[in-house]
Amino acid sequence: MLGFILRRLLATIPVMLVVGFFVFGLLSLAPGDPAAIVAGDQASPEDVQRIRASLGLDQPFLVRFGTWGGRILQGDLGTSLFTNLPVTTMIAQRIQPTLSLMLVTLAIAVSLAVPLGVVAAWRAGRLVDRCVMGFAVLGFSVPVFVVGYVLAYVFAIKLAWLPAQGYAPIEAGVRPWLASLILPATTLGCAYVALIARVTRATMLEVLQQDYVRTARAKGLGQGTVLFLHALKNAAIPIVTVIGIGIALLIGGAVVTETVFAIPGLGRLTVDAILRRDYPVIQGIVLLFSFTYVLVNLVIDLSYTLLDPRIRY
Amino acid sequence: MSLLSVENLQVHFRTPDGVNRAVDGVSFEIGSGETLAIVGESGCGKSVTSMSILRLLPEPQAQFAGAIRFEGRDLLALPDREMRKIRGNAISVVFQEPMTSLNPVLTVGRQIGETLRLHQGLDARQAEARAVEMLSLVGIPEPERRVHAYPHQMSGGMRQRVMIAIALACSPRLLIADEPTTALDVTIQAQILDLMRDLKHRVGAAIMLITHDLGVVAEVADRVMVMYAGRKVEEAAVADLFRTPRHPYTRGLMGAVPRLGVRAQGRAPGRLAEIPGMVPSLKTRIDGCVFAGRCPDAKDFCRLHAPALESKSPGHLAACHFAPKDARPA
Amino acid sequence: MSAAASARVPEPGPTLKAGPTPETDPAPETGPAPETAPAPALDPADFAIAAPLPDVVTLRPPRGRLGRMLHRHPTGVAGGAILLAMLLIAVFAGQLTGFDPAALAPGSRTRFPSMAHWFGTDLMGRDIYARVVYGARVSLAVGFSVALMASVSGLALGLVSGTVRWADGLIMRVVDGLMSIPPVLMAITLMALTRGSVENVVIAISVAEMPRVVRLVRGVVLSLREQPYVDAAITAGTPTPLVIWRHILPNTLAPMTVQATYICASAMIAEAVLSFIGAGIPPSTPSWGNIMAEGRALWQVKFYIILFPALFLSLTVLAVNLLGDGLRDALDPRMAKDR
Repeated sequence: MLGFILRRLLATIPVMLVVGFFVFGLLSLAPGDPAAIVAGDQASPEDVQRIRASLGLDQPFLVRFGTWGGRILQGDLGTSLFTNLPVTTMIAQRIQPTLSLMLVTLAIAVSLAVPLGVVAAWRAGRLVDRCVMGFAVLGFSVPVFVVGYVLAYVFAIKLAWLPAQGYAPIEAGVRPWLASLILPATTLGCAYVALIARVTRATMLEVLQQDYVRTARAKGLGQGTVLFLHALKNAAIPIVTVIGIGIALLIGGAVVTETVFAIPGLGRLTVDAILRRDYPVIQGIVLLFSFTYVLVNLVIDLSYTLLDPRIRY
Repeated sequence: MSLLSVENLQVHFRTPDGVNRAVDGVSFEIGSGETLAIVGESGCGKSVTSMSILRLLPEPQAQFAGAIRFEGRDLLALPDREMRKIRGNAISVVFQEPMTSLNPVLTVGRQIGETLRLHQGLDARQAEARAVEMLSLVGIPEPERRVHAYPHQMSGGMRQRVMIAIALACSPRLLIADEPTTALDVTIQAQILDLMRDLKHRVGAAIMLITHDLGVVAEVADRVMVMYAGRKVEEAAVADLFRTPRHPYTRGLMGAVPRLGVRAQGRAPGRLAEIPGMVPSLKTRIDGCVFAGRCPDAKDFCRLHAPALESKSPGHLAACHFAPKDARPA
Repeated sequence: MSAAASARVPEPGPTLKAGPTPETDPAPETGPAPETAPAPALDPADFAIAAPLPDVVTLRPPRGRLGRMLHRHPTGVAGGAILLAMLLIAVFAGQLTGFDPAALAPGSRTRFPSMAHWFGTDLMGRDIYARVVYGARVSLAVGFSVALMASVSGLALGLVSGTVRWADGLIMRVVDGLMSIPPVLMAITLMALTRGSVENVVIAISVAEMPRVVRLVRGVVLSLREQPYVDAAITAGTPTPLVIWRHILPNTLAPMTVQATYICASAMIAEAVLSFIGAGIPPSTPSWGNIMAEGRALWQVKFYIILFPALFLSLTVLAVNLLGDGLRDALDPRMAKDR
């Protein structure tokens, strides 16, 4: 088991290396001379040259990649071209709203999508199933920001039940914090719920065909026990897997959702950085998001042993 | 009153390309403690019949007619809640596939104990203790340890013993055994059959044994019912049926059983006979005798008029116009 | 030949003679009598005739080909129809509106929908209906181009990865790495490198979508390689490119088509997202995404600016997704597991 964890951890190294290469390549391909940007408009060519050397920009590509990677490993993501703050500081300032948004979304989405998928599979072909599947296709088809604006328009502007914009930090109290997250989390969760519900349904459909489900029914167990204990436990691995993969949806969606709801999180920071061409910040965010994604999926891989006794590492 | 009485049961399935008349007008009875074997080729409707008794078929696709009376109550008319009280309790089942019929992610003990907790209201500790007892009853060594094992840690024969333990946990009045030995090695088959015979005497359950193996029938059954294309074509006491099979289909089946050393009507010993032709599609309505297409003695008359089951000798029913009949009782 | 076969049927099978029944025919054979004359000796009254059984299930009358198609994949057919309608709108955009989608009219800004401006006007007085109709061209073009580019490049890389062993490790490492960057984030990041244009948007989204195709194709190739007929072809010395062309490529087409449909759908959404955050197609070329982006500032008061393009976009993406689901069910039921 320990050996397996170690091997899996080692396997993430090439993955992160590719991500790093992509992200670093970005900076090198970026139009404009970073040295000139740092130096500012008033700088003389000599100043630019000096800054270029101090940034190590006169070194060959691979050497620069090496030094850059080394600094990353030490937790130094560089400095924003725009605010001159360390990227890590900027990320730290913005991480709470995004983390809150994602966790709340995750909780709502999973607790909604899995039962929906199970019921849809149980009532396959009936009205409930059609509704769930219809919603699932819709969830994939309506862009996140459209969902966001419609929700905000109805629940914040017309009904005025919830705040339309902004984020209340958790330090200010759980209730306002939660209130500020309900609409964004619902927005962000739509596609995620659709994804999880679809996979849950498909997996459950297969599991419900299995002989052991028939055995469970033959024992006289109620529908709930059959579905949520006997069947769902066997369907757990694909479902948990898609929950992990779907984190990608959440990350991409967070960028948009935070823009719609004016939440000062990492997504908003990404958009700002893109519009300002603040490459070190973009790099830092992409690295962080990808690392999180890889880590989450690693943990999910490891959880398989808990979900299925037949899997032993 | 018999324990189970099935009256003119019809089970039809709605499929994308028509109606599958899987079971069409089958009647039979099982008395308390009796063993009835249902014999027939795959697809003849024997499993569907047994699954209808427990109402385990997918309901919107499967449509029923007729009645299934168990201890006087019509199971087809019972609400789901009442039906669940019967399943695993008064009627239980052992399936054909021990490798896939147990839930892979739950321990064996839990799967046995579950029925006890559900039907007998035992708590988790009592249920586990009973599960250990059941495991030792079905001959599993080290039951205290095995109770915590998962199915994949056991062999096929062991798993079938666990299935039997689950089925017998609540001392059912009727045990449906759907090809319980087919998927097992020959030596294990004999052990499981012995176990079932032994437990039958101890528990006193009636058994409905579904099989296509006539050897198994001869060993355990009291009475045999032969099914073909969704109908019952013959029924008799075991000895009677083996001595004088009346329906040409049954005779064909018997011819298809390899018998070592017995020289059957000039054929080489041990050579397996086949019944020529194919089972008719159950998706088209057959007006005449269902077996007419493969019957060596079929006449035009057979193709036009479906034979009813009639008593060919005391206690021996067959659905064939031309099957030999004992002199009518005066 | 059929006559000979049918003549053999009544012949008693030798096996059935095995039964220990010295049966005598109750009715003497009528000999080679013509079929029209039934044996007079057999009177149904002498026999136990089973009563006919009732029908338990009533069956609907059979359908024609189109009817069956509609019945089995109603949503897929509907999706196809909507998509076709959108394509027609895109093609005949010029005939559908008298307005120039780029014409600025400072005098009639942010007008509410009316008979003159069906969908209203935007911040610069441009007719939104005209922009939406013309925007269909861009949005659909982005969707189809990305589907094509991502599929073809993904197919090529996937085939190489699945057949060339030394390249497999490298390609899959890169694919794994790229797949750990969320696609939208990757597309956004790529757009940060260039200026906004339709071509750049197409390239950025294609790159982001491609790794998934590589994975899919590689998986199909690997499972096909296990097939006996492919194995036989390889053993027989058929050159690898020929094996790919004859045996592998045709089998990847079905899952590829389905995947391409889904890519088309997510590409249209990605375009909208990019335009929406300001990293996509510039406003001079109307796309459903950037029409909505224009309405962003005013969404609380002028909701219609976002509403109409959003409806068109959602409906189109929905149609493509439904078409994809229909294709998946029709072409490859096993794939029903994915997505």
